[in-house]
Amino acid sequence: MKKPELLVTPTCVADIDRLSKAGADAFLVGEEHFGLRLAGEFKREDVQEAIKLAHERNKKIYVAMNALFHNDRVEDLADYVTFLNKAGADAIVFGDPAVLMTVKEVAPDMRLHWNTETTGTNWYTCNYWGRKGAKRAVLAREINLDAVLETKEHAEIEIEVQIHGMTCMFQSKRMLIGNYYRYQGKDLKVERQGKDESLYLYDPERDNRYPIFEDENGTHIMSPNDICMIDELDELLDAEIDSFKIDGILKSPEYLEKVVSLYRKAIDAYAEDPDQYDEMKDDLYAEIEGIQPKNRRLDTGFFFKETVY
Amino acid sequence: MAIGQISTVKDGKRVIVKKPELLAPAGNLEKLKIAIRYGADAVYIGGQEFGLRSNADNFSIEEMREGVEFARQYGAKIYVTTNIYAHNENMDGLEEYLQDIEDAGVTGIIVADPLIIETCKRVAPQLEVHLSTQQSVTNWKAVQFWKEEGLDRVVLARETSHEEIKQIKENVDVEIESFIHGAMCISYSGRCVLSNHMTARDSNRGGCCQSCRWDYDLMKQTEDQNDSDIPLFSEDDAPFAMSPKDLNLILSIPKMIDIGIDCLKIEGRMKSIHYVATVVSVYRKIIDAYCEDPDNFEVKKEWLEELDKCANRDTAPAFYEGVPGYQEQMYGNHSKKTKYAFAGLVLDFDAETNIATIQQRNHFKPGDNIEFFGPDIKGFSQVAGTIWDEDGNEIDAARHPLQIVKMKIDHPVFPYNMMRKELK
Repeated sequence: MKKPELLVTPTCVADIDRLSKAGADAFLVGEEHFGLRLAGEFKREDVQEAIKLAHERNKKIYVAMNALFHNDRVEDLADYVTFLNKAGADAIVFGDPAVLMTVKEVAPDMRLHWNTETTGTNWYTCNYWGRKGAKRAVLAREINLDAVLETKEHAEIEIEVQIHGMTCMFQSKRMLIGNYYRYQGKDLKVERQGKDESLYLYDPERDNRYPIFEDENGTHIMSPNDICMIDELDELLDAEIDSFKIDGILKSPEYLEKVVSLYRKAIDAYAEDPDQYDEMKDDLYAEIEGIQPKNRRLDTGFFFKETVY
Repeated sequence: MAIGQISTVKDGKRVIVKKPELLAPAGNLEKLKIAIRYGADAVYIGGQEFGLRSNADNFSIEEMREGVEFARQYGAKIYVTTNIYAHNENMDGLEEYLQDIEDAGVTGIIVADPLIIETCKRVAPQLEVHLSTQQSVTNWKAVQFWKEEGLDRVVLARETSHEEIKQIKENVDVEIESFIHGAMCISYSGRCVLSNHMTARDSNRGGCCQSCRWDYDLMKQTEDQNDSDIPLFSEDDAPFAMSPKDLNLILSIPKMIDIGIDCLKIEGRMKSIHYVATVVSVYRKIIDAYCEDPDNFEVKKEWLEELDKCANRDTAPAFYEGVPGYQEQMYGNHSKKTKYAFAGLVLDFDAETNIATIQQRNHFKPGDNIEFFGPDIKGFSQVAGTIWDEDGNEIDAARHPLQIVKMKIDHPVFPYNMMRKELK
């Protein structure tokens, strides 16, 4: 069996070492000027340092450039891509075709991963971006396990699937929290509501809590539960999905370290002997359940859910 | 690259030579015909598959054909929205569907998913392919990408400003379409799955349940597992909301024409014929008036008042004039009452007796203040006089939906003119 890459978004440079030891194979980093909803802010020197640390440990660093770019930021793309190329980043993650065009112009050998979060919903479109130059497609979180497996079967490029953590449900360019404060006449108190503020929207009808924050890219609203597939990995492993992603947004380094190590155990056990995985998977799940942060229930996302329209 | 020629001097007077297409929504055949009669250069419709308004009426292929024939008499075009993000299970039937649309004589399709773009180019090459706003294209370089992919037109993200669209027109030679009026997503289109999470309805396949327009409580989480979290506002405050005012760019139309935007689009396939007629006719007048004499153009108060007669939500220019603040959102109880209601559709008029035959669309009675409008008349108001039913019996009110009634009218009217009544 080919083991999937275990990919995680670290919160800071220091995480590279501890998460490598815990068993991560690759890291997705970046800064909010170019990337969306990262677990930590990695400025250029942090990216350089992360690449150095990761490469020493034989791990990979991918850099997020998956924001929705308006004209003003298009001017910044070439310089950043050139920097990442020189720094030795292993791939650039993009959604906006402006990034694809820029990479072709200034760093044609740079590896590209396509990720718009919500629009990777069929295998044809994954292969389309493959023909445009992407080596990997990240699937939308809103498709089910059968669709994931069918997509992998038809895919001509690598397929990445998020198997743990929070997902994004909504992005607006408007500053919705700031607007609400200003409407209430409390604008002097806060200018921006970042990830550190631990704000959420409460939906009493569903008893759900949706984390919400603002940054340079606008307002983001996140899923009420964390995906946790640690006890449901069989079919994804059998299908040889290329990369399993653990999203570290709004989580502590300690939590991520533990979760990465548990998924490492699960993958390695399955590779060695599926029965061994079967025996331990409930315990692995229970261990994660035991360290879940406040207000964060676990679920299986859309893997076993149908949507209608 | 410069924006192409927009105006020229004719008989000593500057006139606009590049008039944008006015594109209107049409939820069904009746709305299609109304939109075109009231001045739309093109309409967009949904088919029964692959479109984003799964609960709109939507057109069968036969109805598309009829729509195309009607549009042809007016030199108007029809586009079909096929702008879902398809899942694997949606691939079946796509080729036949696109071929049927092409065969029906439709001008083009509006698409988001590369699966549908490439399939269309392969199996229905006569169709123009327009990139949907669902792709949230926000910059000139992405527009360049889609042009190189062979797209005929790009519908920009609702988040783009005047300055940004101008730069896009300066940098890329491809048709640009931009929204001018109607309801809007508050998220980047195509990047919102609230509906999927909250109700298991797929927003990007037409199932959106508009969860963004519900009210929420904004809370601050405390660190300790056992401490309760803190509501940031009290029960007396309006709850957290994300409802945007509807888009209204009536005052920006001259600027939009000046930078060469190719198509101005009105939202609202679910809206009534009265809404479509009112909005289309007002924008028609503005575009025509500006193009005829841009240097002496002024927005007439009557146009603004007219537009207000079909508005049931507050409106704002949104991103076209800068990033919207709280004034461009709605909190608390925000229903807006219009002072007018659509009361009837003119079916016929007898010039000898001045009696109009009217199909009732809302309760009206003798003594009501009513007004007539339409593409072929100058609008006028009067007081409703005696009303007769189809058999000539006097009735005290037109109370039944779609009831056919007769009434004496002050000035000639034509079929498809509309009658409003003033609400007390």
